[in-house]
Formats: sequence, C-alpha cells, structure tokens
Amino acid sequence: MTTPNAECRSTSGCHVSTVTPANPWAAHSAEIVAIEPDYAGVATYCLRLTDPARAAYTCQPGQFNMLYLPGVGESAISVSGYDAASDAWLHTVRTAGQVTGALERLGPGGKLALRGPFGVGWPLMEILSTSASDAPRDLIFAVGGIGLAPLRMAIEWSIRERAKLGRLTLLYGARTPSTRLYPAQLDDWRQQGIDVLTTVDRFEPGWTGQIGVVPDLIERLKLRPDRTTVLTCGPEVMMRYTARGLIARGVDPSDIWLSMERNMQCAVGFCGHCQLGPTFICKDGPVFRYDRLAPYLDIEDL
Amino acid sequence: MSGPDTQTPVGASVFLSLSGLDDLIRSLKQSGYEVVGPTLRQGAICYDRIHAVQDLPRGWTDRQEPGHYRLERREDDACFGYVVGPQSWKQFLFPPMSTVSLAELSTDGWRVTANDGANEPRFAFLGVRACELAAIAIQDRVFQQAAYTDPIYAARRERALLIAVNCTQAAPTCFCESMHTGPRCSSGFDLALTELDDGFIVEVGSQRGATLIATVATVGVTDEQLQWAEERRSGARKQQRQMPRETARDTVLGNLQHPRWSEVAERCLSCTNCTQVCPTCFCSSVHEVTDLDMTRVERERVWDSCFNLEFSYMNGGAVRNSIRSRYRQWLTHKLGSWHEQFGTSGCVGCGRCITWCPVGIDLTEEVVALAGGST
Repeated sequence: MTTPNAECRSTSGCHVSTVTPANPWAAHSAEIVAIEPDYAGVATYCLRLTDPARAAYTCQPGQFNMLYLPGVGESAISVSGYDAASDAWLHTVRTAGQVTGALERLGPGGKLALRGPFGVGWPLMEILSTSASDAPRDLIFAVGGIGLAPLRMAIEWSIRERAKLGRLTLLYGARTPSTRLYPAQLDDWRQQGIDVLTTVDRFEPGWTGQIGVVPDLIERLKLRPDRTTVLTCGPEVMMRYTARGLIARGVDPSDIWLSMERNMQCAVGFCGHCQLGPTFICKDGPVFRYDRLAPYLDIEDL
Repeated sequence: MSGPDTQTPVGASVFLSLSGLDDLIRSLKQSGYEVVGPTLRQGAICYDRIHAVQDLPRGWTDRQEPGHYRLERREDDACFGYVVGPQSWKQFLFPPMSTVSLAELSTDGWRVTANDGANEPRFAFLGVRACELAAIAIQDRVFQQAAYTDPIYAARRERALLIAVNCTQAAPTCFCESMHTGPRCSSGFDLALTELDDGFIVEVGSQRGATLIATVATVGVTDEQLQWAEERRSGARKQQRQMPRETARDTVLGNLQHPRWSEVAERCLSCTNCTQVCPTCFCSSVHEVTDLDMTRVERERVWDSCFNLEFSYMNGGAVRNSIRSRYRQWLTHKLGSWHEQFGTSGCVGCGRCITWCPVGIDLTEEVVALAGGST
C-alpha cells in the first residue's frame, strides 16, 4: 500500500455529513486487507468492507469510523485514505488501548466490523467556493504527529484541485524524525508543489532539519492572511498555539479549522461523552471552525 | 361501549369512577399494553407493572426535602396523592440497559444485526405528571429529533400510551411552575386525569385517548366537578422553590470560572444520583457482552453519568479530573448548553436531583449563587 489513492468516491469534501444511516447501531462487516507499519506503535490498517451494504459506503475527508471488534469494543478512528486497487479504506491507528491492541493482534485477514462514516469533515467545498481565480485561497495544513492521518485525504484533494487554489503549505511537527508519518508521501507532496516544512521535538542522528514545535514554523511563513485557510489537526495544545500564532499574523479566526478528539461511544450524539461546551464532537465535528470553539478551548477541564 | 361517532372529542372531559379506572387498566392489558403505574416499593413510590387499581399507592403520600424522602399515610384514599418518586418514565423509554446490536462470527467474518426496535414492548403509562410530559418531550428531541434517531427509544415512544395525572400538591422541592413545565398537564398526553374524592375527571388529549376512553363506562362532567378539579389542581401551584428560568442559561455559561464551582465541589460526592433520577439526563456507555467462545456478542447500552471520572477518559487520562469540573459540566449542560443543542432547557423543575442528592445540593440555590446573589 505504498501510494494510497485518497480519492473519495463521492463529491469529496462538502462540510456537511451526507450519510445518515437509518440505524446508527448498524455496522458493516470488514476485513483487514493489509497492515502498513508506520513507526513503532503506529500502523495503517487497510480495511475492506465485505457485507452486502458496502456499496453504499462512502466518506468525506475528515470523517471517522467506529472500528468495532466484537467482544472488545469500539474505537473512533479517522479515515486516512482509500486504496482503489484493494477497495480498502485506510485507518492509521496508534496502539493505545484495548481495542487498538486487539486490532494489532488480529493481523492481515482479521475480521472486524465498522460503523460509519460519522461526523463532519473538512470544509473543502467551502474553500473551493471562496477561491476566486484572481485571488485563489492559500491553504496551510498545520499538523502534529498522527494528526496527519485525518488530513491526508484533504491534502491529496488539494493537489487534485490545485489549479483552483493558491499556495499549499504543510507544517508538520513530529516527536522525532523517525516518527514522522508517511515520510515517503511527504517527499511526494513536496514534488507536487506543496511547501512542506517539518520540525521535530527531538534530534536524531542524520536530522538536518528544524527542531522545535509547529507554532515556531509560523514565524517564517510568507502569509497572505486575507486569503489563507488553515486546516489543523494535532494535540489540542498544539492546535491552540498554532491558531494563536496565525491569528497574530493576521489570519481571521473564522478561516481556521481544527479537528478535535474526545471519548466517543455512540458517534451520533446520544451517549454524551464527547461534549465540549455546547458541541458534540462526534456529530457537530470532529472538524470545527476555530472561532466557534475558541471560547471553550482555553477553559481547563471543560 | 360507544362507537366512533359517540366518542368524547379531543379536548373534552368525562367523569370516570374508581371502578372505571380498574376497567381502563384491564382494557389496556387486553389491548396488549404493558400497563405501568405507581406502586409502593422499598419505601418509595416506584413505577412498575400494575394490573388493577389495588396496585396503586392508595392513601400514601411523599414528604420531600433536599436529601430527604419519606412515605406517609394520607388522610384519604387518593390513588395519586403523592408528587414524584425517584424514578421517571425515562427508564421505560430509554431503559437503563438495552441491547443495541448482536454480532455473530462465521467463517465469512462478523455479521452485525442492529436492534431495529421491532421487538420493543408496548407500554401504557398511568400517572405521568406535567413535568414528566415535559421531560419526555425533551428526550424526544435528544433521541429522535436530532441528526439521528435511536431505534429503541423511537419504537418504545411511538407505541407508548400516556395517561397523565394532574398534580394536586407540590413537594418543597418542586419548581415546575417557574420552568413553565407544570403543574397543569397541557399537552402531550392521550388522557389526563384529575383525581376527585369519588373518581376522576378525564380530559381527552388525542384520538388514541378518545378511542381508549370509549372502551369503558363514563358519564358527563358537571360544572361543579370541573370546579372541584380546578381547586384540587390549584394546590400544586403553591411552590416554594423557583428557578430563574430566563437568566439561568446565561448565568451558568457566563460564570465558568466562578469560585462557587469549587465551593459546591466541596459538598458534591460525585455519586451520580442526580443524573440517575433526572428524567432528561441521557448519557450512556456501551459494553460488550460475549458468549464463552466469543462468537456471539451483544452490545449493551447502559446509563452512565458525567459525574463518573472515567466518563471523559481519553488516551492519557480524563478530561474532567475534578468534581468541580464534573458538577460544572452537569449544571452548564442541563441549564445552559442544552438550549443550543436541543432548543430547550434540560431541566423540567421536578426537583428529583434535590431530593435524592445525599447532601441536599439544590440547583436552584447554585444558580442564584452563581448569579452573585445571596443564598
């Protein structure tokens, strides 16, 4: 699975949840077609749906699925690509809890189930509709660690649509050089005209690039703030400081979008776990406009 | 037995004797309803299956205060002479435990069958109070009027027949009048009773109710009976507590860093009682229930509470680590962000969270304190 084709089978990327399953508890049957190790503890699982209802499945960049291992539980995982050759949806997963641990033990050919897609993805249609030919929108993807997974399909989309867009920039921060996600793709994207700036928290031998955090990268950006849209995903604190840095450089808070994470059990706004202020992260997000969420992000333990 | 042309029209009232109520319960059972109403259980008035008038808590009432609930004998034999107990109808429409799906493993993999609600029971609720009608209307918005519909709730709700009862007294913990949710049952019922000494004034609220009341013997109501009913109902309007309904939303959301949150956290035990007795709280968790060889797995949804530490758990820890943050979540959700989510307050003024709080925390008092007033 070297070059996943991130093309969605739908009209990729309007900022609405288009698929509302009749029964939110219904699940597709799925099998693991392949597992691509990314780095220690992180791998990309290529999942093919196998039930009769699979033809109806499609998803938007930024949406997520509930991966269901019967007897173990569910985990909310964003969709990070679609591989047309194997008809598999890609899910980049960090092994962290019971469900992801069991997923890792299943191996290729393993059987599971999947509910989804859920949530509201990146506002790609909105970006296109505001991208005028004489002032095309510049896009900045500001990403921390595994946060690249929920943005991969959006980045691939921006390359496909680049004639209608302005400058494309990826700011990518990882803990170490060897824990950068999709390193081969970072090079591909660079060759396809995305300005990829990477930084790492900690040096490893051979690293000649930047050391620091994502907000540090903002200082040296050439910005056209009035025509810039930012899509950010990473640890909450990283997203907050990234947004602050960009706003200080003149980017409008309403042009910054972020993808949030909370405990989720139902994914449809019934179970109450994922609330942040008035929002249910699962169904009102996970992608939010920064200015709408900002009042709640700075309050501890909300 | 009267035919459709002689049915009491929606909005009109008839008189039903006590034995007529017995007939009504029997008629419901014959029509295939599980009839649920108030019964005496473990020193409280609880909702349970009933078969006849004799199952009702005749001659009993409840005494409620913050952190206090006791049953007492009444001087009369009223069937509905109490206010509200620890339970609400939530436990029948949104059960404390329900199976949402079944996964079966074969050589082809897992096949998941979701509960579509087809086998959910058909209830007739007897004794639904105005605040409880309001609570049901709120959970309708949560489970079937938002982006998704919960098939279990929707099936139970659609089938349920609601026989309301107007309150004739208020507990010191009641504040429905200030929430505009009672005490009078004004809509959302099939039938609404007001209890008199020798029977009930029955108001027909729906066509389903009209059809039902036509199955038992009733007589026309007199002006005098209607006046007695009005007098009885006025007894429920004497309420000690009130919620500043117009300002509560802004008060809780506008004071997220108020020192009062720390103060109430000193008293709150984070025991979850308030969320369990609340007729609108809807938080839940889903658990796996497996057979021994792990080839047949049910997913069971159980009530949960935002007061549980693990409720907000994410990789690396809980979001709401302190009781301060969990109480704040509950109250700001209930009175504040609920409006933005569902277009209504999440509180109906039933007072259960006050009565059943082991330390008697009173949310109306907390709102006043957050607004800066004295308590």
